[in-house]
Amino acid sequence: MAVKTTSQSIVEPEHLFFKAEREKQFITGSEAVKEAIKRANVDMAISYPITPQSESMHLVGDLYAQGYVKDYYRGENELGVMSAVAGASMGGVRVFTATGGQGSLRAFEMFPTWAGARLPVVCAFFCRGLNSPLTIQPDTIEIGLMLDTGMIILHAETAQDLYDMILKAFIIAEEPDVHLPIAVFADGFFVTHTREIVEIAPEDIKLPPYNPYKSPVPVMDMETPPVRQMRDPFVMKSNFISYATHASWQQEVRAAAERARKHINRYLGGLIETENEDADILFMTSGTAASQARAAIIELEKEGIKVGLVKIKSLRPFPTEDIRRIAKNKKAIIVPEFNITGWLAREIKAVVEDNSKVIGAPRVFGGMTMPVELLLDEIKKHL
Amino acid sequence: MQTTNYKVINGPEGYLPPAAASMGVVLPDEGEALFEGKIMLKEEVMKKIAVKLLEAKNPTFFPGPLVLWAWNEKAIEKAKAVKELAEIVGAKIIPMPDYRPKYPMINPEEEINPNHPNLTIWHNKIDVCVFVGVHCHYANLALKIIRGGTNCYTIALCGNYGHEDAMISLRDIYAEEVRSLTDVVKSMKKGGK
Repeated sequence: MAVKTTSQSIVEPEHLFFKAEREKQFITGSEAVKEAIKRANVDMAISYPITPQSESMHLVGDLYAQGYVKDYYRGENELGVMSAVAGASMGGVRVFTATGGQGSLRAFEMFPTWAGARLPVVCAFFCRGLNSPLTIQPDTIEIGLMLDTGMIILHAETAQDLYDMILKAFIIAEEPDVHLPIAVFADGFFVTHTREIVEIAPEDIKLPPYNPYKSPVPVMDMETPPVRQMRDPFVMKSNFISYATHASWQQEVRAAAERARKHINRYLGGLIETENEDADILFMTSGTAASQARAAIIELEKEGIKVGLVKIKSLRPFPTEDIRRIAKNKKAIIVPEFNITGWLAREIKAVVEDNSKVIGAPRVFGGMTMPVELLLDEIKKHL
Repeated sequence: MQTTNYKVINGPEGYLPPAAASMGVVLPDEGEALFEGKIMLKEEVMKKIAVKLLEAKNPTFFPGPLVLWAWNEKAIEKAKAVKELAEIVGAKIIPMPDYRPKYPMINPEEEINPNHPNLTIWHNKIDVCVFVGVHCHYANLALKIIRGGTNCYTIALCGNYGHEDAMISLRDIYAEEVRSLTDVVKSMKKGGK
């Protein structure tokens, strides 16, 4: 256990998120993670450092040494870490970890397990390429693979988003009607390793502790009844009842994600953010592709062309109704992405009424940057 | 804002009914309650609960671990209030002591289990039931299965935010609120409205 203790005061989440005076710091995304965890009253962090998230979990290790995190250790591999995280969360403590790229895939089995066990783990994912030959460069392909794990999925555009989303994720995840793991994604290197101004709350305040007694499932407390914690499997009996129970269980996990909408609206100001929503042509995207779209909008304005932006902050739950409403009567919806598969364009096409106007372009991947010129060219094809 | 037309009413609804939350039913805010998928004022819904309980042929309370075990003073107080309410109604009490699937089979006269609640309901011919003190995940699990396979009318008295999958659900229910509900039942029994 950490030997040092800090003198932080516990404040209401609303105070920490919205009312406390913020200080501007010029920091990296990884440092923004550290600043969020410093104020998050985290009981336990478990780490298997992998690039590009390695810096953030090293910095969380520093927080342990400084007394801001109560317990911390490095696991033997990503699957081991995510399994240990599950144990910690089942034990009723607030827990944090991070991973990315191949690390995410190595641990993949645990993500539906976390969701199925209703564990309010917060995990940051710093995306990078996946396929052989090995790359450690930015690429968002892993998000597409995570969409149906049952986790709530947020996508940060900036280090500021990352700081805010991680802190707020703990409170959203721990709401008793939600009580699901939250994945906070950020684009590796573009966010984690670059510096920007981030506004952060004073370091002498922190969130209230997690209250496991509000949990929708019992915690593993063998001293105080009710003691039963195991999410007993139904596989020992092959019959209709067992299957129906498992089906109902899966539905309940998805229902819990639906309930998160209310809390995401309250704490993150909505599942989307918009700019020039009334324009005929819109960018609809997430993560750092939204930053590139903003830059393109400024350039287009100079030429007298008005283009809008819908930045999707929450991928699960997905802002289906918002997107359907905004897309109505638009001429074109341009979906730039940092991956080869175009998973976000697929998601948007699945909910927009006339989806022939959804253009899955431009796409870059494998660590490539997305020059603004690509976005300008794409818009001009559809004027 | 709630926009769904989906109604949470007694079944049997079918082979695999959806989670009401996925059909657009949203949980009530403080001071509100859910009645068949619609948000109403808590006081109005309490009256509807009283009517359902008093009109039932075989009303049954399903107390879960959070009130069955004396794990803190609030739980003890709530358990006493629930027992009094059940007695005033003239309802049976069948406990849900834990959440383990019961194999090879459950004794439906003695207990209910969230993984196969229909067995207890069918066996005892329960037409109106009340969930109280059941952890929310397991309550929702059971409420969906009951709606799918039985015609039992479900009421959930929740200590957290309520249950979309129940036909009637109150939120933030502690001992005091249970006693308020008991007062409504008593008043209705005497012929009040």
